Amino acid sequence: MDYSIKIGGEAGQGIQTIGDLLAHIFSKAGYYVFTHQDYESRIRGGHNFYQIRFSDKPVSASKRKIHLLLALDKESIPLHFEELDSTGQVLYDSSHLKDKFEDPRFLDVPLFEIARTKGGSPITANTVAVGAVIGMLGMSPEIMYDLLKKTFYKKGKEVLEANLRAAEEGYNYAKEKCLACNFSLASFSESKYLITGTEAIGIGALSANVKFYAAYPMTPSTGIFNFIAEHAEEFNIMVEQAEDEIAAINMIIGASYAGVRSMTGTSGGGFALMVEGLALAGMTETPIVIVLAQRPGPATGLPTRTEQGDLLFALFSGHGEFPKIVFAPGTPEQALHLTNKAFDLAEKYQVISIILIDQYLADSQWSYSKIDTSRLIYKNYRLTGEELQKIEVYKRHLFTETGISPLGIPGTSTHLIITDSDEHDEEGHLIEDAEIRKKMVEKRLFKKLSLIKKEISQPLFYGAEDPEIVLICWGSLYGIVKEVVDILKKDHPVCMLHFSEIYPFSEDKTWQRLLEKAKLVINIEQNATSQFARLLKMETGLTIKHHINKYDGRPFLIEEMEEKIRGLIKGF
Amino acid sequence: MASLKDFKGLTPAWCPGCGNFAILKAFNEAMVELNINPHEIVIVSGIGQAGKFPHYTRCNTFNGLHGRTLPVATGIKLVNPNLKVIAVAGDGDCYGEGGNHLIHAIRRNVDIKLFVHNNQIYGLTKGQASPTSTKGMKTKTQPFGVISEPLNSLLLAIALDCSFVARGYAGKVEHLKSLIKEAILHKGFALLDILQPCVTFNKINTYEWYNQRVYFLDSFYDPTNKVLAFEKAMEWGDKIPLGILYKKEKNSFEEQIPVLKNGPLFERPYYLEKVKNLLEKFK
Ligand SMILES: Cc1ncc(C[n+]2csc(CCOP(=O)(O)OP(=O)(O)O)c2C)c(N)n1
Ligand code: SF4
Repeated sequence: MDYSIKIGGEAGQGIQTIGDLLAHIFSKAGYYVFTHQDYESRIRGGHNFYQIRFSDKPVSASKRKIHLLLALDKESIPLHFEELDSTGQVLYDSSHLKDKFEDPRFLDVPLFEIARTKGGSPITANTVAVGAVIGMLGMSPEIMYDLLKKTFYKKGKEVLEANLRAAEEGYNYAKEKCLACNFSLASFSESKYLITGTEAIGIGALSANVKFYAAYPMTPSTGIFNFIAEHAEEFNIMVEQAEDEIAAINMIIGASYAGVRSMTGTSGGGFALMVEGLALAGMTETPIVIVLAQRPGPATGLPTRTEQGDLLFALFSGHGEFPKIVFAPGTPEQALHLTNKAFDLAEKYQVISIILIDQYLADSQWSYSKIDTSRLIYKNYRLTGEELQKIEVYKRHLFTETGISPLGIPGTSTHLIITDSDEHDEEGHLIEDAEIRKKMVEKRLFKKLSLIKKEISQPLFYGAEDPEIVLICWGSLYGIVKEVVDILKKDHPVCMLHFSEIYPFSEDKTWQRLLEKAKLVINIEQNATSQFARLLKMETGLTIKHHINKYDGRPFLIEEMEEKIRGLIKGF
Repeated sequence: MASLKDFKGLTPAWCPGCGNFAILKAFNEAMVELNINPHEIVIVSGIGQAGKFPHYTRCNTFNGLHGRTLPVATGIKLVNPNLKVIAVAGDGDCYGEGGNHLIHAIRRNVDIKLFVHNNQIYGLTKGQASPTSTKGMKTKTQPFGVISEPLNSLLLAIALDCSFVARGYAGKVEHLKSLIKEAILHKGFALLDILQPCVTFNKINTYEWYNQRVYFLDSFYDPTNKVLAFEKAMEWGDKIPLGILYKKEKNSFEEQIPVLKNGPLFERPYYLEKVKNLLEKFK
């Protein structure tokens, strides 16, 4: 089984609530779930949708074909009817849409009428809709009731009971009336974890002991800010909404200097403002972590949509030459681990880690039967108190074999922690001396970078053992390329090479042989200029000739990517 | 006991006669008299002649970017309230490049002391007008003279209900020292604007010019009276008041943050178990 449900409607109609409830019901029931959202930059009106795919096998992307369309507005029908599978069903409320469809593929459920008679407010129609979907699918309603109880118990007994009654009635109505419904669900198994990219980054940061988060809200990074703020008290984290992104990055630099792990999150425009501060962190060797949640640019671009357009910007951000580490997780699980790693490496080498995500990964939900937490690490690299005092002559920017100087916490011993955005000596005082300048560049850049390369994993390989066709991708394209490989594998020896540790490249270069040997290498990116391919060429000298680029702000769908790749294979 | 020797830093590269020397002297003496040790202080500065200040005394130092002094200072104080955090800035640094940060730092009322070395000119970049330059002042980049109104930072700070607003003068070291001490002892954000003659580039606001005009607010002046404070802040020209213009008892920002109640955040324990438990909630 592999079903897709689409909930379409205007912003403000509760699409997200319905989608979120359904996704959680499926996940709790033990199905694998993948969801993605499509919304406009407005609070009310427009057309939005929430797409849920659920299956008894792992799923990691959305398909074009859907099996159930929940149309909350009139527009949803002409916009998405074509996507409906031949046996698919449309759920709508004719009194609300002011339109009646006599086609057996349409199920008219009086969502608002039921909500009213069951004692709920008009928003309770959303709960009726959830019940109706579960009824159409023929799923047992128990998990739904449990989840509704959890969701509504805070709102009081009356609201909770109205919602339970509404769900029950929606469920019974749909179950009885949907004669054409023909879904066959696999039997339930153990419930799954359901997590978004945003939540995974938040947990990754907590697992790395983040203690300070400052940011200025900007879609699609705001979810991370919300997540950290929600857990601030429990995990002893200081969060502050800065006056702008310039302040945000300077605040986290100050906080890191004062002794704690610090982080900020933003999108392209905000990151542009942070670039000055990025160089400050580079010069002062202050560890910081920045999440750059990409959205289509330039300027304000498409605020709520998705793109991978800022890779080279992130890589080259900051004036002058200094090292940074760039990660681009492809899944929430990778996001969790790479956020943990981003902090660890930032601290260990006293450098900047940038985590590149995009709207697609930020908002999409993935399910897992297990999430491996054994690799999560936390190691304190800072010196305090007696430990710091033991150093006879302390110098913040001491020249060492590794380029890594002792990072002391100010105020915890009589040693002074001195640093400067000007070029400085080992103690941290500003200088003009040519020889020291040269040594500082070598310390900050060459020595550290060669060590960091050893910490970077090779790209992830997936697919045929001896591949003739290699698909290269990075970041949030992981899930979709992986599923396309599964499809194409039946006809072609094809594999995926997915990069999530983007820069620097790993010291181990065995993966390059794969590219040299392959008959056809296709680079796939959600941008117009194949930025990763350019980086690849810069670092390895390898040129990729075939590219698939998408830059309309919408994520790839499986069928779409499959067609594009088949086209290239045929033409080859 | 801290002594002046403990605060001896690198030899200043300021012009002979620069007002910054007197500020340095007043600062070091104030620290010794308050018996504060160098390692208990963090001085955060930006870029400019004033920005070099922390290298010329001795304490923990974060010499950051032009205009970005206050956000860095805020980050430091918000994770370790035990540190005495002092922000040192030029008038260009703080009222120009960092103007937005000043407004919001005052609004937050984090316990940071901001000492502005106000020479009404850009020193380090060789004599362009600053936001406080006198109207009509001609420079290489203001060939027709300064046209914009000078920024009245004290008036702005009082309007924002800043908890401590004072003016000192490099030509009155003892008085300046007393203001520095009061600012340090004050709880909350303190703005101390210090008139600092730039003997090289500012030919209008010289020692002589200031000496003819400055006077001390007397002991009858009530700095808690906001209307009076506005009046004093608007006094500029023939007479320039020195002293604490405005003061207000307020909770500091960090006092109101539950997670800071137990001291510095780097001392908080870390539990991976707690994170794993949170993850279980996603099931
Ligand atoms: C982002 C940025 N812009 C410009 C400069 C150049 N700059 C250095 S100091 C300065 C102004 C100095 O004036 P002020 O802040 O009043 O300090 P002073 O030198 O007078 O003490 C400027 C514009 C810089 N360092 N950084
Ligand atoms: S240029 Fe002016 S402010 Fe700078 S050191 Fe010389 S006198 Fe002082």
